[in-house]
Amino acid sequence: MSDIYLDNNATTKVDPVVVDAMIPYFLEQYGNPSSIHKFADGVARGLKHARQQVQALIGCEHDSEIIFTSCGTESNSTALLSAIKAQPNKKEIITTTVEHPAILSLCEYLEKDGYTIHRMPVDKAGRLNLESYKKLLSDQVAIVSVMWANNETGTIFPVAEMAEMANAAGVMFHTDAVQAVGKIPMMLQDTKIDMLSLSGHKLHAPKGIGVLYLRRGTRYRPLLRGGHQERGRRAGTENSASIVGLGKACELALEFIEYENTKVKAMRDRLERGITEQIPHCFVTGDMYNRLPNTTDIAFEYIEGESILMLLNKAGIAASSGSACTSGSLEPSHVMRAMDIPYTAAHGTIRFSFSRYNTMSEVDEVLKVMPGIVATLRKLSPYWDGNGPVADPEKAFAPTYA
Amino acid sequence: MWDYSDKVKEHFFNPKNAGAVVDANATGEVGSISCGDALRLTLKVDDDSEVILEAGFQTFGCGSAIASSSVLTEIIKGMTLDEAMKVTNQDIADHLEGLPPEKMHCSVMGREALHAAIADYRGEEWKDDHEEGALICKCFAIDAVMIEEMVWANKLRTVEDVTNFTKAGGGCASCHEDIEAILEKVLAEKGETFDPTAAPVEAPAKIAAVKAPLTNLQRIKKIEEVLESLRPALMADGGDVELVEVIGNTAYVNMTGACNGCQMAAMTIAGIQQRLMEVMGEFIKVVPATEMAKLVNIGVA
Repeated sequence: MSDIYLDNNATTKVDPVVVDAMIPYFLEQYGNPSSIHKFADGVARGLKHARQQVQALIGCEHDSEIIFTSCGTESNSTALLSAIKAQPNKKEIITTTVEHPAILSLCEYLEKDGYTIHRMPVDKAGRLNLESYKKLLSDQVAIVSVMWANNETGTIFPVAEMAEMANAAGVMFHTDAVQAVGKIPMMLQDTKIDMLSLSGHKLHAPKGIGVLYLRRGTRYRPLLRGGHQERGRRAGTENSASIVGLGKACELALEFIEYENTKVKAMRDRLERGITEQIPHCFVTGDMYNRLPNTTDIAFEYIEGESILMLLNKAGIAASSGSACTSGSLEPSHVMRAMDIPYTAAHGTIRFSFSRYNTMSEVDEVLKVMPGIVATLRKLSPYWDGNGPVADPEKAFAPTYA
Repeated sequence: MWDYSDKVKEHFFNPKNAGAVVDANATGEVGSISCGDALRLTLKVDDDSEVILEAGFQTFGCGSAIASSSVLTEIIKGMTLDEAMKVTNQDIADHLEGLPPEKMHCSVMGREALHAAIADYRGEEWKDDHEEGALICKCFAIDAVMIEEMVWANKLRTVEDVTNFTKAGGGCASCHEDIEAILEKVLAEKGETFDPTAAPVEAPAKIAAVKAPLTNLQRIKKIEEVLESLRPALMADGGDVELVEVIGNTAYVNMTGACNGCQMAAMTIAGIQQRLMEVMGEFIKVVPATEMAKLVNIGVA
């Protein structure tokens, strides 16, 4: 059995077809897209084609609404900083407690500059309360930034509805959709979303390429100035090979979107059901009924995630965890904390994220080893006694300096 | 993923002495479930000789927490309680062939569990003597709590000050923004504002560098002089340092007061060593005097 990759929300394998599409832009059409000679005369066409391929996947009205950037994080930063630059009198930002650090760290930074950040909480299933969202919308708000789907749990937020509400209140709306694009169908032209971030490496394009979708007419201030590239909205020589690769990857994603929502989903469901049926004291986190088709995040109580990952890795299986230890921080994942998952479970969360490259036999392989891994670690756990957790675990084991 | 040593992996994949000791007469429970690391250490101690006959661990934690627990039980089995008290977190890390800086706290937790268990056996009450903060300086493994305390105690004002007093930020410099944030916070609490161009606080007394090679007498005098200059900072934390012996380029010191048994002792010793080397222009190894006993035992000293 070869190694099993179930960490596709972290990053994906570049599709070989994508690599093939990129090669000529390294070896033949390597000229600067701005140059007038035969080394560059095909590049502009390549870029235009890629723009249309991205446009088709996200369903926006114009291909000129696509701005190529270096990554999802750049797109996010550009969106937020543009909104506040363009509306200097508005000093509030609405976001959520479960955003990616690309948004949360930036907001924290802006807070120091005097911005008021409204971080909307989520309930135990990771859902937002739209009533309280509505109350936050005002003419003081520069931008709302809410992720389309959560990277850890896959929980989908109602961004189309929230964009409508923002629009009605005259507030700009941005969504970090790096986990959603390519996994669920979208038609941006039918929404009131003003800006959207996506990232190539989450959908089988290379790392180092992203997109900011900018609805035509949205007030905008570039982050990088200095050239006419991307119509002056993102200066810097185009990463032509990666842009072409991203275009191809978007075309493939659109082709496979039904597969993603049927076959890939079936693999995810089988793994999830198998684990929760076979292993006691574990549960799925997030909104089970409104999730990405490829993601499951399972909390294994009374054991710690990094240990699980190390044993999985030994068995040739790659996944990821929301435990503190995997990141070197002192707290478990902020997403788990926001959902009020108890510490004894939050540290033991494992995210399995699939792609179209996975197979059912891989699912069976994981199901074969997972119960043993959990049992091994529980045998070492002070919260576990024989076949079950100790009675009243939090009291039975109450270490000093908790 | 972390770059764990083979030894860490060995102890993680095949932990020794897992589970609670039956008929244990000493138990230590430490850790923090919010941080994701917690350990129960159980010992069976011979009442006459105070020798640790058996040791077992139960750990909720990551790979290095489990490995640290496992190796700890191996180290202390067969030791008397007095010998076991001398095991440092550095010993645990050394037995594991090193730990990543972010994971050193796993070895600290092992040592604390041991102290808690021994206190339990002796009917004493064990108190945790440190608070751990987020790791700021990865080059020198200095956390936020340590920096905050030094900023308070020594009225530090700039990043340079913090580097002079704690070493934090003295390596790759990537953490300077974080250090500035700590300065801003602490200074705000004191009703002051952070000014990056403020004049530096007087660094731990500047002593003119001397030219090597030194005679042993010169060396001892110089070491005394440097320790004297560092004393105020240590005393601000309620501790002190005492020079016990100098053999060749190795200085044996006793950390006393609050420094004795402090989590930071190893780090403080490293800081003293760094300072000595800077001033003396030669390699100086600073070692806890407790290590000298071991040397005597094996006939080196």
